[in-house]
Amino acid sequence: MPRSVKKGPFIDYKLAQKINKLNETNQKKIIKTWSRSSTVIPDFVGHTIAVHNGNKMIPVYITENMVGHKLGEFAPTRIFRAHSGTKSEKTTTPTPEA
Amino acid sequence: MARIAGVDLPKNKKVLFGLQYLFGVGSYTANTVLEKAKVNPDKKVGDLTEEEVAEIRAVLQSDYKVEGALRSEIQQNIKRLMDIGSYRGIRHRKSLPVRGQRTRTNSRTRKGKRKTVAGKKKVPTKK
Repeated sequence: MPRSVKKGPFIDYKLAQKINKLNETNQKKIIKTWSRSSTVIPDFVGHTIAVHNGNKMIPVYITENMVGHKLGEFAPTRIFRAHSGTKSEKTTTPTPEA
Repeated sequence: MARIAGVDLPKNKKVLFGLQYLFGVGSYTANTVLEKAKVNPDKKVGDLTEEEVAEIRAVLQSDYKVEGALRSEIQQNIKRLMDIGSYRGIRHRKSLPVRGQRTRTNSRTRKGKRKTVAGKKKVPTKK
């Protein structure tokens, strides 16, 4: 179920304040945030926000297309490293069935 | 016979069901379209008059996106997700399930045929 329209989009209060400050003074600075659940609103466009992924901050440059998504969507929390023998082993040693 | 949105509709079916051969038209849309076009849904497609076909075409054109236009819209939406580098876009790129389903087993529709990995035959009970 989506969030009630009455409340408006959720944005971390501190983060919104910082963005407002930057917009007022016309600055571009990287803002660190841990608030992955904040919605991207049009005010964010053009800023770079460093979103925490549980390990480190991932810099995310906000474009117009991203409006409406959550910040966390742009900072993946899992890294998939390929399985040991996905490509090379298949061709070299086709081990007999047990 | 009746050609709507670049698709030939089956002649010997009722319009209500014949319309559903269009991509983007299901039972609900077919019903509302016919109501708006004032066409009897029980009539066979082959028995439709030219005016009725034109009427249906006009309603579909003005209110609905079907066939190619709809397909390209869907593709665009997916492309947007991929371009902005969102989680859902990444899942589309890797052709893995997008909506949080498990991938340890199943999800064969997205992943395609099983790719057997050599040297991974520890569990003889399965398979």
